[in-house]
Formats: sequence, C-alpha cells, structure tokens
Amino acid sequence: MIKLVIDGKPVEVEEGTNLVEAAGENGVYIPTLCYLKGEPCIGTCRVCSVRVNGNVTAACSVTVSNDMEVDVNEPEVTDMRRALVEALFAEGNHNCPSCEKSGRCELQAVGYETGMMVSRFPYRYPPRDRDVGAKHLWLERDRCIFCQRCVEHIRDRTSGHKIFSINGRGSRARIEIDVELADQMPPEQVREAMDICPVGCILEKRVGFDVPMGQRKFEVQTHRERATEGKSNE
Amino acid sequence: MGRKLVIDPVTRIEGHGKVVINLDEENQVADAKLHVVEFRGFEKFVQGHPFWEAPMLLQRICGICFVSHHLAGAKTLDDMIGVGYSTGAMITPTAEKVRRLGHYAQQLQSHVTAYFYLVVPEMMLGMDAPPEKRNILGLIEEDPALVKRVVALRKWGQELIAVLLGKRMHGINSVPGGVNDNLSAADRDRFLNGDSGLLSMAEVMEYAQDGLKVFRDFHEQHREEVDSFADVDALNMCLVDDEGNADYYHGRLRVTDSDGETVRDFDYHDYLAHFAEATEEWSYMKFPYIRELGREQGSLRVGPLARVNNTQSYATPMAQEALAEFKAYSDGKPNNRVLHTMWARAIEIIHTAELIEQLLNDPELQEDSLIVVPDEGAWTGEGIGVVEAPRGTLLHHYRADEAGRITFANLIVATTQNNQVLNRTVRAVSERYLAGKTEITEGMMNAIEVGIRAYDPCLSCATHALGQMPLKVSIVDAAGRTIDERVR
Ligand code: SF4
Ligand code: SF4
Ligand code: FES
Ligand SMILES: [Fe+2]
Repeated sequence: MIKLVIDGKPVEVEEGTNLVEAAGENGVYIPTLCYLKGEPCIGTCRVCSVRVNGNVTAACSVTVSNDMEVDVNEPEVTDMRRALVEALFAEGNHNCPSCEKSGRCELQAVGYETGMMVSRFPYRYPPRDRDVGAKHLWLERDRCIFCQRCVEHIRDRTSGHKIFSINGRGSRARIEIDVELADQMPPEQVREAMDICPVGCILEKRVGFDVPMGQRKFEVQTHRERATEGKSNE
Repeated sequence: MGRKLVIDPVTRIEGHGKVVINLDEENQVADAKLHVVEFRGFEKFVQGHPFWEAPMLLQRICGICFVSHHLAGAKTLDDMIGVGYSTGAMITPTAEKVRRLGHYAQQLQSHVTAYFYLVVPEMMLGMDAPPEKRNILGLIEEDPALVKRVVALRKWGQELIAVLLGKRMHGINSVPGGVNDNLSAADRDRFLNGDSGLLSMAEVMEYAQDGLKVFRDFHEQHREEVDSFADVDALNMCLVDDEGNADYYHGRLRVTDSDGETVRDFDYHDYLAHFAEATEEWSYMKFPYIRELGREQGSLRVGPLARVNNTQSYATPMAQEALAEFKAYSDGKPNNRVLHTMWARAIEIIHTAELIEQLLNDPELQEDSLIVVPDEGAWTGEGIGVVEAPRGTLLHHYRADEAGRITFANLIVATTQNNQVLNRTVRAVSERYLAGKTEITEGMMNAIEVGIRAYDPCLSCATHALGQMPLKVSIVDAAGRTIDERVR
C-alpha cells in the first residue's frame, strides 16, 4: 500500500493507482475531461490540475507514490481549474440549450462542478465548419475541445489505424475524420465514438435526444458523484 | 399633415412593438399601426445545424409556448424522416397521445396565465383602475382565495409539463418519429389523485370552471362595455379534426368567413399554395393572408376566438355546454367581438382540462411502442408541422440536405397570423376612444392595451411577468415636435 496525504488527510491506496482515482476513492473530487479510467493518460486538457508536492501537475498523469503531498481544493489551483474550463467554453461555440449532448456532456458537467458562471476570457466565436462527409458520423466542430480521446481510442478494427486526427495548431487546429475508415465502422463503434467524445462534437447522424431529460447521464448522477464512487467510466 | 400619436411598449425578450395613430386634419383617426420588431434571427441561425437539433433550438423562441414550438418542430421532423402525416406513415398512438398530453398541459398553463394574470385583474378591478393595482398583486388583495386556486392550477399544468418533457421549461419529449418516454402509471396516479402540493384531477376540473364564472359575472355587470368594445371582422382559421371542430394538435386547416361558411379547407402541407405574405417598411412582422382573397379580405384571426368560432361541438360535456351558451349569444354566427376572446379562452380552459382528464385515463399512455424508425430511404428532407398553440396556428417548415444540415427554416407564429387583425383592433379602439380628442388619456392607453392583450401576443411577453404592458406614449405634431408624452 502507498501512503500519501490528500488535502491534509493521510490516506492509503494500492500501489499503481492513478492520482485521480486515489483522490476519488477518498472522497476528493478532481475534475477531468480527457482522462479515461484505466487508459493511458493523454493529458491534453489540464482540467485535473492539482498541486503535487507544491508543483502544479495534471493529476491524471500521476501514479501515487509514498509521502506524496497533494492539494486539490487549495484556492489558487481550484481557480486555475475553473479558468481552464472557462477557456474551453470561450474557445469554441457552445449553445447548450440546443445541443444533443446537454445533460450528458462532460464539459458542461465539469463547468457546473468547478462553479463556472461565465467565462472570464472573451468569447472568441471562432468560425468552424462542420464536417458531415461520413455516412453515419457528424462533426459539430464548434464544440470540439481537442481532448484527443477520439484520436487515441477510436481506431479501425482491422488495421488499427487512427480514424480521427487533429490537423493544424493553436487557433487553426481542427478535428478531422477519415471518411473511408469511418464509413466502415460497425454501428456499435459509431456509438462508442459518440459516447467517448466528452462534448457534442461527434454526433451519430439522425440520433438525438433518445434519452429523456431528467434521465441523462449527469442528471442522474453528477460528475463528482461518479468520480468519487469509481464510476467515471460508466 | 395630421398628427401622430405614438404608444411604445418597451422592449424586452420577445422583440417590441409600438403603436402609432395617425390623425387627419379633423383629428379623426386616419390610420393605426402596430409596429413590431420581431425576433427573426432564429430562422437564419438554425441553418447548417443538424436537423434533429432544430426543434430544440427553435423552441427557445418562446418561454411560454415552447411546447407548441417543440411539437410543431417534431411534426416537421417526422415528415423529414418519412414518418410524417404527409407520407401516410404515422407515429404510434402512444407517441401521439404523449405529445398531445404535453401540449394540453401547456395550453392549460398558458391560458390560465394569460387569463387570470393579465385579464381578470382588469375585469375585477376595472379597466380604469390604476395600473399598479390592475395586476395579479391587486387581485390577491381583492380575492385571495381565487388567486390561490389559480396558482395551484398553473402549478399543476407546469408539473405535468415537467413530468412529460423532463423540465418545466424547454424540455424534450418528442424525437423524430415519436417520443422518448411514456407516462408512468405512478406519475399518472399523482396527477389523477393529487399529491402533496399537487391538485387532484377532480380539483383541476373544478378550478378550471373559475374562468368562465368570472367572465359571466363581469359580462352581466358590463354587458354593453364588453360587447361593444371593438368588433373586428376577419376570417377565422384553425386546425380541425374530421368533424370540422378545432383540434389543438393535428388536422386540416379550415378558414371560415363571417357567415361561418368554409372558404378554405386544406392540408397544411399546401400552405405555400394558399398564403401570401405582405411586408411593410414600418414593421418587421409580416402580414400573411389568403392569396386569392387579397390582403383586405384574406386576413385571418387565429387563437381561442377563431377556434371557438370554427367549432360546432366539443366531444367533452362541460366545454360543450359552455360552447352552446357562447354560440347562442351570437345566434350561431361567428363572433367578432374582441373582448369575447376572453370568453373563448375561458371555454378552452375547461375543454383542455377535460381533454387532459380523458388522456390521463387512457391506458395507451403507459404502452411502450414509442417510436417509429423508418429506413433511410424514407428520408424526404423537407417537412411542415402545424399545431394550434395557445395563441393560435403555429407553423414550422424546414428543409435539409442529404447530410441532414438544415438549409431552410420558416416559422409563422400565431401573433404574425393575427397581425392584420391586431392592427384593425388598435384602429377600432382608438377611433372609439379618441375621436375628436388629441390627448392621450389614461383610459385610451388602457383600452389599447386591453385590445392588444386580448390576443395575448408574444410581442408583449414582457408583460407576462407583472401583468402590465409598459407604455410610452407621445404625441408628435406635424412638424415632428413632441407635444405630449406619457410614460408608465
Ligand atoms: S458540447 Fe457540452 S458544453 Fe458544448 S454546447 Fe454541448 S452541452 Fe454545452
Ligand atoms: S471530437 Fe470530441 S473526442 Fe475528439 S478531440 Fe474533439 S472533443 Fe475530443
Ligand atoms: S483529465 Fe488530466 S489532463 Fe485532461
Ligand atoms: Fe409564444
């Protein structure tokens, strides 16, 4: 067992545990967006920033070790996490009321959890074309947060090739889809792609609002509850 | 050059309007215009969006009748994927009933609000009572027991919407081809039997009669004032069922004239063939009319009065009794008296409550066949959906490309349908109250407000909050100088 201190409280967790899980197991919620439990860390969003031995670090990239001192709910780093979430809203075009993902969107859920009310950064309203070229998938690029989950985790089942990729850098970046490979995706993988996208960017064409309001993922159980009950992947 | 009187309801959420009355040299009303700045941006904004998100986006147009927008949109999407009525395929009976129930719940809630919060204070406290008293707060002082009942009734309607659509406001239950949930037996029982803080169906039926009682009392005491307030001739239009009686969710569009004769009866998918829209530089709101009849003859009234005029009988007993009384009062002829819109609304409150009761007792609402999924080849890419919103006929029309991107959207809301009639009403009222005078009196402002409000137009949504239309009134002389101004 590993002994460490989270928010001043000494805790014990199993060796090899990811810090996000270690905190969750002990009732301390760390917001996450790109992290997927049990999968290698991609570390793109930094929304999980905490202090480890005084240094700001992405919690999802850390495996616990003995005597680690972790601060999650310390004011400065808490505000930093909120600022990161605000920036994600400001850098895309989000209109939750008409978004199919509303209620089951991780960005929205994390927005609530971090206490974001409005973005402190000016909204950029970037022009982003949608991509509707694939047979069953629709990219609503306005909502992409470049977490790269789709890039890493959705691959062609036979060749292992990536189906999604990010093209360009900075404000020019955009998510692309390999239409040929995408059109060979079996239906359950289409669903998987839609579900793995934390926001409403990857949409399954013609599928909307099949889960009623009030019964949607984060309406039934909040992001925080899921994380602290070890259910972040469900 | 004549004088110009300007009445300007202050802008809020739904756009704004102001009234301009032009006087001639003899200070007689030459013309009256209701200027409206309507929120048309949605039709542009929705372009390019995935078609299945369109009704969610477009229901945001209105905070009161969003269920109507949601359902008009849902019917449009049904058409687009090939299960719409236009293709002959149909959504399941359970799906249609779930949609109807949500729609009726909203109608009850919206009518009760429009009637008791905005109109009843005028009736009970007097049209010339000071505006700060003539609202729901004044009514609380006057008759707290009635207000308690009204609040409970509204809340019941709101709760029913929340259960069916998942939220009190801007929820969802309709998806292309059906609905995403039914009504559970447990929820049904709560609404039938009542619950803590929730009326029972029997209480709802009883409270739903209040509106008509209030109207009858008021009418008895002020018969002359109510009947002669303003008479505005217009065609009446609404959706009708196979028997030719108003249906709030579906049917053919029927237009009748002042003799009650049917002048048009058509499938709403053909609306483009029947309607033309006039535009005026002084208003952003268009003026739809029946093309062949021309704008003067072909303008329509929609909403409670039009629906009640077009209905010969209701299949529900209490509303039928009230309807018979209404019809007898005008010798079976269509009723053009603007203030009788209140009467019509009171009747519809009863009818809606009865329809809700029927549906709550219908076991089909608990069945699981909720959605029809056609194969992709059924895709038509175009749809038109019409429902009777509380304020009248509401139309959505969308087109999308093969990929599912919305390429076109057109909405005709009830207030737009009523545009010409609203203008006629303002004119009739100002002629009556102003003739010969050049001063804007409090009484005239009240009367214009009451006349406009009879239609409960969305441009006055701002007034739903406190029951008073904020007004700015100015008199401008021929040289363009403001010689008198009233603000409240
Ligand atoms: S992706 Fe999430 S945050 Fe963005 S509009 Fe949709 S629900 Fe809102
Ligand atoms: S499409 Fe979705 S999953 Fe892919 S990078 Fe963008 S936000 Fe992440
Ligand atoms: S969740 Fe840790 S970097 Fe995204
Ligand atoms: Fe409305």
